[in-house]
This record gives sequence, C-alpha cells and structure tokens, in this order.
Amino acid sequence: MKKLAKWRLFLLLTLMALILSGCGKPYLSTLQPAGEVAKSQFDLMVLSTVIMVGVLIIVTIIFLIVLFRFKRKDDSIPKQVEGSHKLEIIWTVIPILLLLVLAVPTVLETFKLADVSAMDKKDEEGNPEALVINVRANLYWWEFEYPNEKIVTSQELVVPTDQKVYFNLKSSDVKHSFWIPAVGGKMDTNTDNINKFWLEFDSKGAEAAGELFYGKCAELCGPSHALMDFKVRALPSDDFDQWVATMQGIEEPVQADTAKAQEGQEIFNNSCIGCHAVTPANTTPEAARQAPNLTNFGDRAYVAGILENNEDNIKKWLTDPETVKPANKMTDTYGDLTPEQIDALAAYLSGLKVQK
Amino acid sequence: MSTNAQKKGFGATVWDYLTTVDHKKIAILYMIAGGFFFLVGGLEAMFIRIQLAVPNNDFVSAGLYNEILTMHGTTMIFLAAMPLLFGFMNAVMPLQIGARDVAFPFVNALGFWLFFFGGIFLNLSWFLGGAPDAGWTSYASLSLASEGHGIDFYLLGLQISGAGTLMGGINFLVTIINMRAPGMTYMRMPLFTWTTFVASALILFAFPALTVGIFLLMFDRLFGSNFFVTAAGGNTVIWEHLFWIFGHPEVYILILPAFGIFSEIIPVFSRKRLFGYSSMVFATVLIGFLGFMVWAHHMFTVGLGPIANAIFAVATMAIAVPTGIKIFNWLFTMWGGSIKFTTPMHYAVAFIPSFLLGGVTGVMLATAAADYQYHDTYFVVAHFHYVIVGGVVFAVLAGTQFYWPKMFGTMLNEVLGKITFWLFFIGFHLTFFIQHFLGLWGMPRRVFTFLEGQGFETANLVSTIGAFFMAASVIILLINVIITSVKNEKVGNDPWGDGRTLEWSIPSPPPFYNFKQLPLVRGLDPLWIEKMEGKKGMTPAEPLGDIHMPNNSFIPFVISFGLFVAAFGAMYRLDYAWGLPVLILGMAITFGSMFFRSVKDDHGFHIHKEELTDDNDKGVKA
Repeated sequence: MKKLAKWRLFLLLTLMALILSGCGKPYLSTLQPAGEVAKSQFDLMVLSTVIMVGVLIIVTIIFLIVLFRFKRKDDSIPKQVEGSHKLEIIWTVIPILLLLVLAVPTVLETFKLADVSAMDKKDEEGNPEALVINVRANLYWWEFEYPNEKIVTSQELVVPTDQKVYFNLKSSDVKHSFWIPAVGGKMDTNTDNINKFWLEFDSKGAEAAGELFYGKCAELCGPSHALMDFKVRALPSDDFDQWVATMQGIEEPVQADTAKAQEGQEIFNNSCIGCHAVTPANTTPEAARQAPNLTNFGDRAYVAGILENNEDNIKKWLTDPETVKPANKMTDTYGDLTPEQIDALAAYLSGLKVQK
Repeated sequence: MSTNAQKKGFGATVWDYLTTVDHKKIAILYMIAGGFFFLVGGLEAMFIRIQLAVPNNDFVSAGLYNEILTMHGTTMIFLAAMPLLFGFMNAVMPLQIGARDVAFPFVNALGFWLFFFGGIFLNLSWFLGGAPDAGWTSYASLSLASEGHGIDFYLLGLQISGAGTLMGGINFLVTIINMRAPGMTYMRMPLFTWTTFVASALILFAFPALTVGIFLLMFDRLFGSNFFVTAAGGNTVIWEHLFWIFGHPEVYILILPAFGIFSEIIPVFSRKRLFGYSSMVFATVLIGFLGFMVWAHHMFTVGLGPIANAIFAVATMAIAVPTGIKIFNWLFTMWGGSIKFTTPMHYAVAFIPSFLLGGVTGVMLATAAADYQYHDTYFVVAHFHYVIVGGVVFAVLAGTQFYWPKMFGTMLNEVLGKITFWLFFIGFHLTFFIQHFLGLWGMPRRVFTFLEGQGFETANLVSTIGAFFMAASVIILLINVIITSVKNEKVGNDPWGDGRTLEWSIPSPPPFYNFKQLPLVRGLDPLWIEKMEGKKGMTPAEPLGDIHMPNNSFIPFVISFGLFVAAFGAMYRLDYAWGLPVLILGMAITFGSMFFRSVKDDHGFHIHKEELTDDNDKGVKA
C-alpha cells in the first residue's frame, strides 16, 4: 500500500514536471532551468504547484458533489446547520501543515540565493577568487563591467559556465530589473543602492540554448521597456578565459580593414566616439560611459539587444533609432547621415570583432 | 422637501441627485460613476489586448501604451472596483443593520463627490497633454523622470478621490458601530456588513499611507522637494514601501466586500444559513490584520535581504489559512442545501474555483525565492486578475443582479444575465489562464509589444480572444439594464423569495426613511427567523413615531468642485501665471463652502407620524 502511494506520488511529480517543462524556449523559459538558481526556483515551483494542485483537487471534488447533489428539487427547507467544530479544525490545521511544508524550503532557499559572502574572497596572493560583474542598467541598454579583469562590455554579457558568477547591480537613471529567466530569478537595479546576487550558468543548459540566453528588463522603465533586452553568452571556462584575455589585449580600437569601413571609422571617430567607446578598458569613469561600449560589436548576436546583427539592421538602427526603440537616448544626438555614410558606418561596425 | 415630491421633471431629478444625502441615491451615483469608469477601464483593457494580439504590433505606440496600462490599472482599482463596492455598501449595509441612513449623510455625499471629481480630473489627462505613464504603482524614479503633467494628474486626482474614500470608510465604521437596530449585535450582523466593517477599518489605516506617499511625490514634482530624488539624498525605495503599505491592504479592501456579497448570495440560494458564521467573521478580521503585515511581498526583488524576504514570505502564506476557511465554509453552506441556480448564484458558484486559482498562485508567489522568477511577469498579471476579476468583478456582477431589485424595484432579466455570466466566465479564463504560462516562459509584464520567435505568439492571441468574450458580456449586461429599466416591472419586498436579512423585509426600492419602525432583531438572519415562525415581516422594536431626516445639500458638490479647481491651479502654477490665482480660488471655494456649512444651522426635518400611517407611502416613489 505504502509502495503504491509512493509510486503515485512519483508519477504525479513526473507528470507535473513534464507538463511544466514541456513548454517555452530553452534560452528564455523559467521552466527549462539552466543553472543552479533557476533549478532551485523551479523545484520550489514544482513543490508549491503539487501542494496547490492537491488542494485544488480536494476542493473541486467537494465542489462537484455540491453542484450535482444539492440542486433544488422540491420546496422543502433544508436543515439549518450552524457549523462543525471538527470540520473547521480540520480545514484550519491541514492548510497550516501544508504551508509549513512549503515555508521551510522557501526560507532555506531565500537565504541560499542571497548568500554572496564568497564575493570578495581572495586567495593567498590577494587575487580575487570569484568572478564579479558590475551590471549597470540604462535607458534602454545594459553595461557589464568586469572590475577585476578591468574590462567593460555592453548588451551581450559573457560568462563562464559551471561556476558561480557574482553580480553588483545598479541603475544610472530609473529603476530597472535584471533578469535572465532561464538561469535565475531577477533582481532590481535600484537608483539608491547596489544590489548583489549570484547566478550559475549550466553548461548543458547553455548547450540547449545555443550558448546564448535571453535577458530582459523586468521593471517598467519607460516606452522601450519591452525592448530592453540583452543576451548572455555562456562559454566553457577556458573559452571565457580566452575571451577575457583577448579583450584585455585590445588597447587600440580594432582597425577597419576595407576602404569603406575606414571611411566609416572616420565618421565614427568624428561623431560617435564621444559616447561610444571602442576599447574595453574600464578606466573611463562611469558617468562618461554614456552609451554602449562597442569594442566587440561585430561579435554580438544582436543589434541594440533586439535586432539580428547584420548590416541591414545596423543601417536600420542608424537611420532612425526611434523606430526601433522609441524614446531611446541616441535619437537626435547626431546629425542626418547620408545613405553612404550609413553604409560606411555599418561596414565599420560589423568589422568590430575581437574573436577571429 | 424635494425628496417628498411626487412627480419630477428631468432637471429636478438631476438637482435631487446633485444635492442628495440619501444613502440609497448616493449608492446609485456610485454605481453610475463606477460603472462608467469600469467601461473606460475596460476599453483600455481592450486596447492593451489588441496591441498584444500579435508580435511587433503598432496599434498603439510605446509611450501611449504605457499611458493606457497605467490608466487601466488606476481606473479599475480606484475609480471602478472601489466605487462599485462603495455603491453596494451604501445601498445595502444600512438596510442590513436596520438603520435609516448612514451616520453622516452629508459626509457620505461629500465622499462621493470627492471621488467623482478626482476621477474626472485624472481622466481629463487624456485630453490635456497625456495620461500618467508610470504604472498604477508610479514607482518614484520613473514617475519623477516622466515628462509632461501625466503623473501630476495621477497624484492630484488620487489625492482628491482618496480623501473621498477615506471619508466613506470612516462613515461606514461609525454607522456600523452606532446605528444597528435593537437586537442587532455584532455577532448577528450579516457577513456583508462585517466585511464592510473590516474593509472600512482597512481604509482608515491604509489610505493615510497613500496620502503621505502621494503628498511627498507631489511636492517633489510640483514644489521642488527631494524626498525621492536619489541625487539629493532621497530614497525611492521609501515610495515603494509607502505605496505597498497602502497597496496590499487595498487588495483586501476590494476582496473582503466581495467575499461579503457572496456570503449573502450563497445562503439565500442554498436556503441554508452560512456554515461556520463565527469562523467566517474571525477569518475576515484575521485577513484584515494580516493584510497589513505582508506588503513587502510586492518587493521581494528590491533587495531587502533574506531576513525581510523570509519573514514576509511566511506571513503571506499565513493568509491562505483564513482564506481557505472561507472557501470551505461557502462549500459547506451549499452542502446539504437546496441550491437554486439563479444568475447571482452562477457567479457565486463560479467564483469559488476561479478565486481559488488566484489564491493558490498567491501562495506560489509568496515563496520568496521562486517569486524572483514570477515577479513582474505575466504570471503576476494572471494572478491578480484571477483575484480581482475572479473575486471582485464576479462579486460586482453578482451583486448587480442580486441587489438590482432592491435598488430599483425591478428584476434584471435572468436569461440575459446567464448569457452575460457564461460569456464573462469563459472569456475570463480564456484571457488569464494562459497568462500564467506566458510569465513562466519569460514574458515580463507592462511590455508594449513582444518580439517574434520567443514563443509568446499563440498564447497572447488566445488571451486577446478571451478579452473579446468579456467585452461582449459587458455589452449584453448593458442591454439587459436598458431593457429592464424600460419594462420596469415592479417587484415586492423579497423578489428572490428566500431573503434572509433585513433588507428583504422592506419594499423595493425602500422608502427614503428605510424603516417605518425600526425592526427587532432576534438572531442571525432576522427575516428568515420570522419567516420560519410563519410571520410575514419583522416585528417592530418601537412604536410609530416622527422620523428625523437630514436636508439635501449642494455644499458637498461645491467643496469637491473647489478642490478640482485648485488641482488645476497647483498643476499649472509653474507653467502659467494664472496657476497660482486658480489654486487660491479653488481653495477659497472649498474652505468658503466648508465655513458656510459650519455657520449655517441645518437641523433637518421630521416626517410626521400621520404621514407614515398612510399606506401609500409618498416616499416610495421618490
């Protein structure tokens, strides 16, 4: 009997897991967790769903009996029942017990996910042990600074898989919220303080997601809130180290290699470079980093976080950013560009690659 | 007295409503105004769903969409749901406790007009440069950054209508404490009266937090203070606390009266007294208390730290217990009963599983660690629509059908009522159930569009289709109202046949003094007790005597109008030279009329015994 009950529970759980995880995209869905944080959150979801479905079933059974058995048939007056202490105690105590089953793991997980004590740990030589990334949210783009590696990138976060990555989160204008659904829950980027949390990117999950997770802003921040996406490239740790080394090696902007691109570079240096840096060093003060760093723009999968990265889309963005991201801060910061100038800029920007 | 007049022209009727202090007429005003704003909010909801029907849609622009979503939330909560519930409270609660009016009829009218002018002011933003666009929560960093006067409309409009709500709440509290008929002890009060009582207490403690928050934000925006300006040492998280210290109890201010309406409907159509009455009362009060201790569950991702998050998570889960008690009590009221499936009962029956779904997702949201995933996604949108639509709107629709005869003396059509119900019920689940999954699949809320290839297309389309069902249902309800009003077939005291409480012991609609003689209450469900003993009505508790009634007054309208004028002045003070004089003028109108009210002696009037003995009460037609 007991064994049977266990089996039933197991079946129910697998069924639930199937229903839950059978949906959504692996690079975006919270139901296909690709990291320790998302996994423990998913487990809590399953646990709470199972308990709640149990409650639903019991109520539904009583509900259906009531509907079909007690329909009015004659004009008699039913017995007026005041209540029943026994029943009332039962439906007070059982929910309390069910909630305790849920409350204990909730509290434990809440503390586990908030544990950033290893963030500032240093090894014997005084080198930081953990990978720390400073996330700065802006209307409507994201900056990722690696303070220990002394590099900056934007829009596409690059992280190593299978290790804890620690984040410092803040906003430079209005409140946003940093969320990579498949990898873990969100945390707000406040204007008042720096929030800290950690995520872990699973190598298997990254594989399923094509190494590219989708990240989103989850707090209403203005007209283009819906378009404030970013991407996360999760690399095996060797590849990540190599990427960091490559970035660190870039002291001068990547040079254009065709005549057209060189023309574009000239335009860029005359009008764009005031806001957009093309070197990754984090030596410029934050306030001066007014727009996404474009050092490795050509390597990124998306333009402005939302359009597939090809020259057509770069041109679309440069011609009128307002149509792509309403109320963005780039519109009207530069004069009208001729189609030739836009072509040249697009050629230059697509050539900004650091990975050969 | 104008209320005594026999036949009135249109102008006289309008004047009567502008000056009325009668709780039943104020109830009708609340229903009309709340109903109007419900349609406005519903229209905004349709725009939202049309925009999100397909990816990359350009039905509305990004900025306009944010205005629509803000106004949808703000309108539905402050200008539709609360006023409609206030309408029921005004219409029914004084009758249920056997009172001739609320404690402060003048304040009652003032409360309505403040709400009305606040709501009109807020909605005028559409025509005067743009509506607020920072969400109904109006988080400080975004609302301070918002250009134009949209947010100012939000702040001033809500400040005015909030004052009205606060007055209404205090009025109901005093009424229930002081004006119960002989024998109507606290533990014999109908559940709707109890929930009105607890909701009013919540209003009393929750609205000041909103008032303070709005004042601070208003000073930041209009008068150059720095409460929420981070660069000047302000803190925006304080706004979030203030808002949710109000905002969470607000949820219970809405849902408790809804619980109350269902707690009236279910016993009537089950012909059975409410199961576990005292535990229902206890659960209501407990929910009221706990409602104040859980606000930070709206802020789990703000970074309050694991201790705060854990405490608020567990406190939130605790609310499930009294709510569960209520669900089981309703079920067991029906158990063993003799259920007649009228339209109100359809809503009541459908409410139980619908609200339960909203309740269980509420517990899921309370698990703080998992909430980091749910927060600010469509999962939350689904959850609170299940609670507010599946709970409050169902209750409002049920109450409309149920109390319509008591308010207007004629029954809404039952066939059309059931069509309305089924369309709404199907549309509601079609619209919102799928949104749980949209959230889990990674769709944030408050997005003006979504991109292709993220797996959101089908679900959003389904959701939009559902919304059209709900729109159709509301249109049929309107048709029903018109047909019923035109036919105007009069009904008696107890049109549903199984009324249990005092409101069903007097004519429909009741005479303006409600009870010729105050009734003697001998227990819970007083009318039912008398019926079971074979009596036709209540036993009077007093001999027939003169009845003291208040005079009508135009002053509440003028006081509210003054604030309406002043709000324009305050808002345009920095733009135009006329701003400051208009601000002063508005305040002068308000304070002047308050002064006038204070010095003028108004003792009301008496209805004499002789007029009451005449069986064809003149007041019935008033």
